[in-house]
Amino acid sequence: MPRTSIAALAAALLVAGWQPAQAQDKQITLCWAAWDPANALVELSKDFTAQSGIRMKFEFVPWSNFADRFLNELNSKGKLCDLMIGDSQWLGGSAENKHYVKLNEFFDKNNIKITDFLPATVYAYSTWPKGSPNYWALPAMGDALGWIYRKDWFARPEIRAAFKAKYNRDLDVPKTWTELKQVAEFFQGREIDGKKVYGAAIYTERGSEGITMGVTAALYSWGFQYDDPKKPYFMNGFVNSKDAVEALEFYKSMVKCCTPPGHTNAYMVENLDAYKSGQVAMQMNWFAFMPGIAKDPQVGGERSGFFVNPKQKIAASTLGGQGISVVSYSDKKDLALEYIKWFAQPDVQKKWWALGGYSCHRSVLESPDFTKSAPFAADFLVAMSGVKDFWQEPSYAELLQAMQKRVHDYVVADRGTAKEALDLLIRDWTRTFKDVGKL
Amino acid sequence: MSRFPRSGAPIPVPITAAPAHRGLSDRAIAWLFITPTILLLLAINIFPLLWTIQLSFTNYRANRPNAPLRWVGLENYTYILEDFEVWERLQTTAHFVAWSIGLEVVLGFGLALLINRRFRGDSFWTTVILLPMMLSPAVVGVFWKYLFEPQSGVFNYLVNLVVPIGSFSMLGEVNLAPWAIVLVDTWMWTPYVMLICLAGLRSIPDSIYEAAEIDRAGPWRRFWSITVPMVMPFLLLAVLFRAIENFKMFDLVVNLTSGGPGSTTELASITLKREAFEKWKTGYSSAFAIILFVTVFGAATVYVKLLNRVKNR
Repeated sequence: MPRTSIAALAAALLVAGWQPAQAQDKQITLCWAAWDPANALVELSKDFTAQSGIRMKFEFVPWSNFADRFLNELNSKGKLCDLMIGDSQWLGGSAENKHYVKLNEFFDKNNIKITDFLPATVYAYSTWPKGSPNYWALPAMGDALGWIYRKDWFARPEIRAAFKAKYNRDLDVPKTWTELKQVAEFFQGREIDGKKVYGAAIYTERGSEGITMGVTAALYSWGFQYDDPKKPYFMNGFVNSKDAVEALEFYKSMVKCCTPPGHTNAYMVENLDAYKSGQVAMQMNWFAFMPGIAKDPQVGGERSGFFVNPKQKIAASTLGGQGISVVSYSDKKDLALEYIKWFAQPDVQKKWWALGGYSCHRSVLESPDFTKSAPFAADFLVAMSGVKDFWQEPSYAELLQAMQKRVHDYVVADRGTAKEALDLLIRDWTRTFKDVGKL
Repeated sequence: MSRFPRSGAPIPVPITAAPAHRGLSDRAIAWLFITPTILLLLAINIFPLLWTIQLSFTNYRANRPNAPLRWVGLENYTYILEDFEVWERLQTTAHFVAWSIGLEVVLGFGLALLINRRFRGDSFWTTVILLPMMLSPAVVGVFWKYLFEPQSGVFNYLVNLVVPIGSFSMLGEVNLAPWAIVLVDTWMWTPYVMLICLAGLRSIPDSIYEAAEIDRAGPWRRFWSITVPMVMPFLLLAVLFRAIENFKMFDLVVNLTSGGPGSTTELASITLKREAFEKWKTGYSSAFAIILFVTVFGAATVYVKLLNRVKNR
């Protein structure tokens, strides 16, 4: 074989061997929950790969194991994820334990203005300590707890007449929790199209965070405060206030009166199933699922309507959503930061919303045609203006588990009174805060 | 290579020509074979156990690696043992273990007696009966969840065919959920007990029964005086295995109820997992794990002594 051919062959082999290695280097992994918006993000990220040549790999874990799986990954300093779209409550722990890269310097260098994002989302998804100018994530997916209802059932003359006869008012979107319960009671056990239907599918899940997210939707509307604003972490008289007790009792009465049989361990998926199968008139669920409902062949289009969490004493909604962070243990932080830089662009954010993701960028949310861009867009803006989150403390997981237990014991297992449940919750939370030296 | 020729005649080796060292001694070879296993055992069993014991005396939390580690002595242990909720979880576990094993023993032994009669297609039915124990507990948990669905589940439908009691939720009602997990575990593991009992039954020589028949012993007498005592060691072994397994039961119950409603079906292993990997109280959960380990180990030791006494009878 001539010497030139050998050289050419060697060069070809070298290139062949080198290319996959290079491709491997130019690949980053994004970790998130497995749900509708994640599919939209996969679609959106194709543009990033096309522009940058960086391939994207995704690790999506179902919500029931999401926190377990990825908090374990972060705590063990794993290198699986380069980018993490972690829950808002993880922020405190991830910042204090240095799981996330602090993004201030990067934002400054790349002219990313955090003020371009909705202030409520920056506060909730990016800052630690809360409200301080220390940014650990870019707001990625705005979300709040809302309600979805069967607009077609609400519009039927015979149903409207029956409702008016019973409650002496028109059947309409509930404005308060009292109205919500009336509507749910009205539909409970009613026969529609030859099928028995039920009032509402609400969260009752025990294992992860379900019942806490549901109960807080009621608590916040009753004006719930986690602690004394003047004396942080002092909870007596706040967590177990008269209003908090009333809200918890009300939530339990909703579970008992107006949910489908056996709806005792239900979170997002179970509520979606109950709604899509035509079992319930209303469901509580995250705004993130609303684009999917609007497009659903069974219940989509004009058959479904959306409304913001009803108020009782005040207007408030449970916060969902996440920010996107760079994992500090990643070997490809530079590529991950490149993704964040790309994601922060207004055009990308616009497409993100169009694909079904909830952008937090003001250029999207404040554009004149935003409220008309989707049937739930206006409600989303209203909800995001009054969101409240669970503790974002580093010990949030322990605080959450305590609430899951106390609330489920009372609401589902009929154990004790609402006051006793909240008193026990204060005992658990106090113990946690004492353990970590905050009390 | 063999030092013997094919013919079988040994090659004479002069004593003076023999090397000073002919190879490894039997003892050395034994150590050579055992050492990797011992090292592996030390690495994946003994070391973690010792480490867990050490952590159980500290305030360590895996999610706060930078926090100062504090020696807390017996604080974690006293905290656990004084917590009435921990005792409630142990009570729940005891209820589950006792009832599921009781039912599995009765049904498993009964099935073994039936299968042992050798009828047409008995091997086919044996395979069918064994199917549940071949499934993964997580899969069993998920599909029984569907069977228990109050509106569309087959279980409620069948119960209503027999006793028309209307709508009820096996997994959602405080009074029924503990029995739901017992029922599912019994469904899954009765075949296992049956299999061990069947081995016991088939190990009884026919001659014993023939001798008893000659002595005019009736079927009832033969059952109590021959079958039960001869199968007892096997049965006790099955109880030991199932008790240890059910004490640690996690996946099946988590998939069925997540420990709910409230904490009605929260077994000790579920509490342990929540403390260790959801609340990240590593020191506390290490102490809890040690308490559970000592409980199982102690009970198993006493039980094995009892088993040996029965065997030697």
